[in-house]
Amino acid sequence: MPSIGRDDVARLADLARIQLTDEEVDRLSGEFDAIMDAVASVSEVATADVPATSHPIPMTNVYREDVVTDTLTQEQALAAAPQAEDGRFAVPQILGEE
Amino acid sequence: MTSTDILRTSAASQAAALAAGEISSAELTAAHLDRIDAVDGDLHAFLHVSRDEALTTARDVDTRRAAGEELHPLAGVPVAVKDVVVTEGIPTTAASKILEGWVPPYDATLVEKLRAAGLPILGKTNMDEFAMGSSTENSAFGLTRNPWDRERIPGGSGGGSAAAVGAFEAPLAIGTDTGGSIRQPASVTGTVGVKPTYGSVSRYGLIAMASSLDQAGPVTRTVADAALLHELIAGHDARDSTSLTDPVGAYAAAAGRKDVKGLRIGVIEQLEGEAFAPEVSARFTESLSLLEQAGAEIVRVSCPNFGYALGAYYLIMPSEASSNLAKFDGMRFGLRVVPEESPTAESVMKATRGQGFGDEVKRRILLGTYALSAGYYDAYYGSAQKVRTLVQRDFASAFEKVDVLASPTAPTVAFRLGEKVDDPLAMYANDIATIPANLAGVPGISLPSGLAEDGLPAGIQFLAPARGDERLYQVGGALEALLEDSWGGPLLDRAPDLAGGADR
Repeated sequence: MPSIGRDDVARLADLARIQLTDEEVDRLSGEFDAIMDAVASVSEVATADVPATSHPIPMTNVYREDVVTDTLTQEQALAAAPQAEDGRFAVPQILGEE
Repeated sequence: MTSTDILRTSAASQAAALAAGEISSAELTAAHLDRIDAVDGDLHAFLHVSRDEALTTARDVDTRRAAGEELHPLAGVPVAVKDVVVTEGIPTTAASKILEGWVPPYDATLVEKLRAAGLPILGKTNMDEFAMGSSTENSAFGLTRNPWDRERIPGGSGGGSAAAVGAFEAPLAIGTDTGGSIRQPASVTGTVGVKPTYGSVSRYGLIAMASSLDQAGPVTRTVADAALLHELIAGHDARDSTSLTDPVGAYAAAAGRKDVKGLRIGVIEQLEGEAFAPEVSARFTESLSLLEQAGAEIVRVSCPNFGYALGAYYLIMPSEASSNLAKFDGMRFGLRVVPEESPTAESVMKATRGQGFGDEVKRRILLGTYALSAGYYDAYYGSAQKVRTLVQRDFASAFEKVDVLASPTAPTVAFRLGEKVDDPLAMYANDIATIPANLAGVPGISLPSGLAEDGLPAGIQFLAPARGDERLYQVGGALEALLEDSWGGPLLDRAPDLAGGADR
């Protein structure tokens, strides 16, 4: 596997929407290769004939009755909002100034 | 019996004293709150103490009991809840700055059950941020100390729940276990912890780290108490699509059986040897000898793919976490940081997550983002999921030969605060024995096996097939009784007295 450098960490942080300081980028890029080397051993035994398991206890199509149950009131849902307006979440502008 | 003496008794004994009218729940709860006041300034097992709410519940239970109402057996016995479990009206942070001050508008299903049964909630216990860690040093609000040695870690991520129970601040606590976060803290604090079969306890209202691995369970001082608390919080929940529909097992009855005649116990070859400290291994071997003398059969089994479990875990867990933690974006709840130069939604998310998440959380989100990214998905996440199948097959073949499996819970006794905090790989290695159970969804228990290196507690872990939780309580209850006979009392009797508080 290729080495993971500063640019890669910065790109991952951008994808994950996390602002990192330069010092954080340095530190994380210094650790990443060692961590990925340590976990990469999984590919030694993960041969084509082994099926993948995503869930420990197999279950399919878990349904419940489609009925209205208790939900949060508008007031409860908005109580912890950083900003609310007219009974709605107020969020920053979605697009930058063009 | 004074209210101080009763603090050291089991939850079952406290419940019996309540039922017999020897003490009121208000007195019992107040005694625990006083204990928290006396010792928690130093230990810091709690992030929040809900004194008024606990006493209100306690008085209500006392009133109902006086009126002759039929109550749950644990009614009036206080409980502490890990801060990753949401509690309506009680602040819940998952030990993260990004949720500082958040008061949830709803209860987790397991909290609803605690409240319905009349257990006063003492407060919320400290943990590694978003349950990411093995030492509780990753809490954004300060570390928790081990009651046995205050310069040592209490384990993690549920170090707060284990320390609270071990320091007699609470008789019962709730933990969550994604890779060992109930069992490893139990091991290093001389307490008992159970990770139930995946799906036994509803995940509704747990702040998810890795949804396919997370499972809540009991943190207690005795095996019987764990069984009682497990019976209370287990059961099907339509709000968790992975919740098992099976009836709840007779765990307390199994814990009380104290009979292991003919029980086949498998020792996992891959979980012994040099990775485990000599005295930890010695206590493990002695525990097995006691069980053998009591009629159990000890068999050696091989689980060849367990060597790959740690790698698979540290791919699957960060991958799921990177997705689960996307909800913390500063829009609907929690922290919002607005950068002056560019207050768009995207820059607000980045600034909020940059300031709100701690180092380990950022590390795991980035690892998960990498493992899931185009080009690497098959090699990392895809391979890890195949290893999961292989680990399950190892368990299946082992359980054809034995009833339960055994290993030391953690490789060492509690290590020193700060010792591994800058070495993620060394920290991750603490989970070597606990992770396979989470990957396969099988249940596990840790109980004290004795004192090992530096006179500190070690733990023994038993694992059972999925839905075989009763076996854990049977073997755990039996071994606990055998060990306590040999010690002349509970291991926690040998823990240092914390009554002096901070001046010790």
